[in-house]
Amino acid sequence: MAKFRGAIVVDKEKCKGCGLCVAACPAKVLDLAKEVNGKGYHYSQMVNPEACIGCASCGLVCPDAVITVYKINVQ
Amino acid sequence: MAEVKLMKGNEVIAEAAIRCGCDGYFGYPITPQSEVMETLMLRKPWEETGMVVLQAESELASINMVYGAAATGKKVMTSSSSPGISLMQEGLTYLAGAELPCLVVDVVRGGPGLGTIQPAQSDYFQAVKGGGHGDYHLIVLAPASVQEMNDFVDLGFELAFKYRNPAMILADGVIGQMMEKVQLSDYKPRWTDEEIEKISGDWALTGKKANRQRHIATSLELDSYKQEVFNQKLQAKYREMEEKEVRCEEIACEDADYLFVAYGSCSRICQKAVQLAREKGIKVGILRPITLYPFPTKEIANLAKKVKGILTVEMSAGQMVEDVRLAVNGLIPVEHYGRFGGVIPTPDEIVEALEKQIIGA
Amino acid sequence: MSIELEDIIKPENIVYKKTPVLTDNVMHYCPGCLHGVVHKIIAEVIEEMGIQDKTIGVSPVGCSVLAYNYLDIDWAEAAHGRAPALATGISRLHPEKYVFTYQGDGDLASIGCGEIMHACNRGENIVVIFINNAIYGMTGGQMAPTTLLGQVTATTPYGRDAKLNGFPLRITELIAQLDGTCYVTRQTVHTPAAVRKAKAAIRKAFENTKKDKGTSFVEIVSTCNSGWKLDPIQANKWMVENMFPKYPLGDMKDI
Repeated sequence: MAKFRGAIVVDKEKCKGCGLCVAACPAKVLDLAKEVNGKGYHYSQMVNPEACIGCASCGLVCPDAVITVYKINVQ
Repeated sequence: MAEVKLMKGNEVIAEAAIRCGCDGYFGYPITPQSEVMETLMLRKPWEETGMVVLQAESELASINMVYGAAATGKKVMTSSSSPGISLMQEGLTYLAGAELPCLVVDVVRGGPGLGTIQPAQSDYFQAVKGGGHGDYHLIVLAPASVQEMNDFVDLGFELAFKYRNPAMILADGVIGQMMEKVQLSDYKPRWTDEEIEKISGDWALTGKKANRQRHIATSLELDSYKQEVFNQKLQAKYREMEEKEVRCEEIACEDADYLFVAYGSCSRICQKAVQLAREKGIKVGILRPITLYPFPTKEIANLAKKVKGILTVEMSAGQMVEDVRLAVNGLIPVEHYGRFGGVIPTPDEIVEALEKQIIGA
Repeated sequence: MSIELEDIIKPENIVYKKTPVLTDNVMHYCPGCLHGVVHKIIAEVIEEMGIQDKTIGVSPVGCSVLAYNYLDIDWAEAAHGRAPALATGISRLHPEKYVFTYQGDGDLASIGCGEIMHACNRGENIVVIFINNAIYGMTGGQMAPTTLLGQVTATTPYGRDAKLNGFPLRITELIAQLDGTCYVTRQTVHTPAAVRKAKAAIRKAFENTKKDKGTSFVEIVSTCNSGWKLDPIQANKWMVENMFPKYPLGDMKDI
C-alpha cells in the first residue's frame, strides 16, 4: 500500500483542458472530462483518485495554476 | 544670495537639473548638446545630491531608461539633438500614453537626416505635433536665453508632474552653445520617498504594498471603447493645458503696425530687426511664444486684429508659420521668412523680408 | 481502512496551491502555453522570498505583453525590445528593489538585441527571464531570431533557410560572454522536474539581485503549440527533440 494518499481539486471553470497534467501524472490519476466547462474546454479531473499519491506533478506543470493538491500520510 | 555665473546653455541645463532635485539623467552624446552629460559627469551629482547619471547605448535606450525611472515617480530627464530626438519618438509616445512625467531637452540642429551640426528650428513639428504615433502632445518650452535654459528645467518638471505628461525644452544650437550671464537657481532637495508617495502615490511603481492595488505603467488597452475613453481623457488634459499654460512675451507691440512671430534664438535676432525697422519708421513688434505647445493662439489672434501683417521668422522652411496662420485664420497676411540647414538669419535680411513680403506685397 | 476524498481534501492537507502573488485573472494564453508555468514559478519565488512589495516587473511586447495582469506586483509595460532599458532606469534609481524583465525571443533577441546586450554588459543588477519558443506567437507565428533551420513559420513557409534568413541566434551563449552577467542559464518547464529546476534557477537569479551581483539571465526554452500547430503534449515532445539539440539546457555561467 502506498505510503501517501493524495487528491486534487481542479478549478474547472479556469481549466483550459491542455492535458499537460494528465501527461505529467505518474500514477495515471487524471484525464480530461467528457463534459466541457463554461468556456467549452474539456477540463481535467481525477478518474482514478485512489491512485493519487499527492506528488503535485500535475500542479507543477499546470500553466493556469488551477490545481490544488492535498496529501496525507496513511502509514 | 543667488549665484550668478557666465555659462554655456548646455552646461546650465546640467547645473539646473542638479539644483532642482532631479533624480536621474540618461543620455547619449550628440552634437550640439553633449556638454549636458559631460557637465553632469564632471559634477558627479551622485556624490552631492544622489542624482544618477548614466550614458546609455543609444537614444532609444536613454528615453526608455527615462520611461522606466519616470514610472517610479522620480524626476528624470534626458537631452539630445534632432536625429537623437527622432529616435526617441517611440519612447515619447509611450511616455505620453502611460501618462508619465519627464523632461526632454532638444538642442536642435539642422536636418533632414544627419543634416548639419549647426543650429536650426526644424524640429518644431516633431516637438509640438506629438512626433510619434497616436494623438498626444508634449508640453514644449522654447528658451531664448541661457537664463531660460536654467529656469525651464524646473518649470518643465513642474508642468510635467502637474499634467503627468512629458515636457520638452526645445532649444537650438545657438542657445545650447552660447555663453551668457545666468542667475542659477537655489538648490532644492530631491524628493523623499514620502514626498513621492504624496505626489504620485496613486500611480508610481514603488512596490506593491498590501494595502493597495498593483500599479501598472502601460499605454496598452485592447478594448477599443476603453481606449477611446482614455484618449478623450488625454484630449481633456491638452485642452486644460491650452487654457492654463500658454506663455508668451510681447515686445514693442503697443504701437505696432506689423508683427514678427519668432521663438528661441530667432526672437533675439528679431529684437535687433525691430530696432532697425523702427529706425526706418516701420513700427513692428514681436510676439515670442514661450510655450510652443500649448501655442499662444488667442494672443496671436488678438494681435492680428491690431496689426496689418505678420512675418514669422524661423530657422526652418516654415513650420511654426502654419500654427500662426491657423491662429490668424485669414484675417491678415501671414508670411514666413526662414534660413535653414544651419544658417542663422541676420536682422537686416529680416527687415528686408518684412518690407518685401508683407509691407510691399 | 478506506479513506474518503473528503478526509484528504482539507485545508491542513494542502501541499500545492496557487500562490497569492498570482492574481485570479484567467491568463489569455493558449491552452498548454508554458508562459503560465513560468509566470507561476516567478510568482512563487516572489512569495517565498517575501519580496512582493519590493519587486517591479517589466513586461515586453509579444504574447506576454499582459503579464502585468497575472502577477500581483507593480509593473511597467515596455515598448518592443526596450524592457532592459526600462529595467535599467528603475534599478539605477531603486537599487533596493528587485527588478526583472520578462521577454520573448522576438523582443529580446531581435528588436531588443541592443538593449539586452548593453544592460547585461553594464551588469545591471536585474533579472532577465527570456522565453525562447522559436516563433512570434502574438503576431501569428512568424519567424523569430531563434527559429530553427527548416522550421516552418508564417514568414518561412518553406522552412527557415540560412541563406535567406540567417541562422538561429543563440543569444544566451553571447550573453554569457559579457562580463556584467553573473549567472546565465538555460532551463525549461515541460516536466515537474524541469519546473523545479527552473524555479531554483529563478530563485538564484533573484538572490543574486539581493547580493548586488549583476545581471542574472534565465532562458526558458519553451513551446508555442498554436504557432507550431501541434497539441500541447506534442509541442513539448517537439521541443525536446528539436529545440534542445540547438539550445542545450544547463548553466553557462554561475559566479
